[in-house]
Amino acid sequence: MLNFILARLLSAFGVILGVVLLVFLLIHLVPGDPIEVMLGESASAVDKTLLRHSLGLDKSLSEQFIQFLYGLSHFDFGTSLHSKKPIATLITQRIMPTVELTLAALLVACLLAFPLGIMAALNKDKYPDGLAMGISLIGVSIPNFLMGPLLILLFSVALGWFPVSGRSGLASLVLPALTLGSALAAILSRMIRASLLEVLNEDYIRTAKAKGLSKTRIIAVHALRNALLPVITLIGLQIGALLAGAVITEMVFSWPGLGQLTIESIQKRDYPVVQVCILLISTTYVVINTLTDIAYGLLDPRIRLSE
Amino acid sequence: MKQTFLLSAKKWLVSLSVKSLLASVILLLWLLMVLLAPFLDLHPNDVVLEKILLSSDQQAFLGYDDLGRPLFDRLLVGAYTSFSVTFGVIFVSLFVGTGIGVISAYIGGHWDHLVVRIIDVFMAFPGILLAIALSGLMAPGIANVIIALSVVSWVGYARLSRAQVLAIKQREHVQSARALGASHGRIILWHILPLIMAPLMIEFTFGIASIIIAEAGLSFLGLGVQAPQASWGSMIRDGTQYLLMAPHMVLVPGVTLMLVVLAVNLLGDALRDKLDVKAKK
Repeated sequence: MLNFILARLLSAFGVILGVVLLVFLLIHLVPGDPIEVMLGESASAVDKTLLRHSLGLDKSLSEQFIQFLYGLSHFDFGTSLHSKKPIATLITQRIMPTVELTLAALLVACLLAFPLGIMAALNKDKYPDGLAMGISLIGVSIPNFLMGPLLILLFSVALGWFPVSGRSGLASLVLPALTLGSALAAILSRMIRASLLEVLNEDYIRTAKAKGLSKTRIIAVHALRNALLPVITLIGLQIGALLAGAVITEMVFSWPGLGQLTIESIQKRDYPVVQVCILLISTTYVVINTLTDIAYGLLDPRIRLSE
Repeated sequence: MKQTFLLSAKKWLVSLSVKSLLASVILLLWLLMVLLAPFLDLHPNDVVLEKILLSSDQQAFLGYDDLGRPLFDRLLVGAYTSFSVTFGVIFVSLFVGTGIGVISAYIGGHWDHLVVRIIDVFMAFPGILLAIALSGLMAPGIANVIIALSVVSWVGYARLSRAQVLAIKQREHVQSARALGASHGRIILWHILPLIMAPLMIEFTFGIASIIIAEAGLSFLGLGVQAPQASWGSMIRDGTQYLLMAPHMVLVPGVTLMLVVLAVNLLGDALRDKLDVKAKK
């Protein structure tokens, strides 16, 4: 067991190191001189030299990477070119809104997906099934930068129930969460349906039926609990997709999170901030995936024994 | 029992064909838009100030945008943009990704180990985050959008084809081909590739949907094609500022995008049902 966890953690550490290297190289992969791109062609030679020196871009690539790693290990992320503030300060202000949005979207997705998926599985190949799967297919086909404006059009402009944008209280969280959660809800409901259908064919469900248990009890206790394992894994793996989707959703609703900071920094050519944002989001993704993997191994001995 | 089975099978066939038919019609329309765009007398960048935000008239039945440009003309150019980006990305990533995956699995050993590590690192970036960073760093433009999205999407094909080849290269027919003295190229091309076509086709189809969305997403963020050229994503972004006055600015490109993606997904589902033996059982 311990070996399994250690192996997973070790491989996650390796992946994170690779991610750091790739994000570090990003700025060097840009065609042309990054300093020129940041300052514009009209900048004076003195300014260019100063910025090059303060970013350490005048050192060799390996020296720069070691310095980058050293900074990261001390939570020293450098300073923003635009606001001149430490990047760590900028980021800490933005983490909570994104966490809030992601968790709310997860909740929305579950609230939508479970009824839909269960309804579809229990009425396989009948109208409720077709309806639920139709809704889910449309859900995957509407990207969040379209879902957002559509929801604003309906719930803010026409009905006036929720604010159009910004982050002020619980009401302002509803539409962003719905936007971000809808795609996950669509995928999740399909998964719940498939997983439940598989379980419903098992012998122990027939036994439960033969014992004369009520239908609700069979579904809630015998079927759903066993169908839940792959669903939970999917949720774990999809939290990363939510983090990426949050970038666009935050732009639609002017939600002051990490995603908005990323895009704003790209627009201002504030590359050190972009690097740290990308690094933070992808590292979080790797950590969550690893935890999901480990949890899955703990819950299902077949996984860890097959390794 | 047999009769009900036949009945449901028939129903399934009918529903499948209706869905696939609908999907094919939408995709053909998309293709038609792309093919016709260069030959029609379009004025996607003509600014007509007195027609700003108008919903529709005789000249433009889909209305005008915030600069008085006809939405129908821009929709057609946008179709061209999304089509060329999508197929550019798919072909680059299909060849590069499948090539790396197949060769890596076939050779095995240290090289394969390295490739797996690289794939893992690329998979560690959620969704289009890496593409956002890349296209943010590079200058805007259609070629750079294709590069940025290809960097993200080759991994899927590499991982899929590697896993497939690992299983197939152990099979008897490959071993007997080797025993008969077939060259590596011949074995890969004639004895392995045909067997991994089905899963690749499915990945390819769903890939179309995700790249259309990704291209529009980048353009929505202002990281896609450059300003005057229309893209469905940038049309949606322009429209979000005028939701109250001119909702058609979001609805026209939005509904078009949604229909195309829906059609691709429908087709992908149908293809998976047809090709995937596991799901059929």
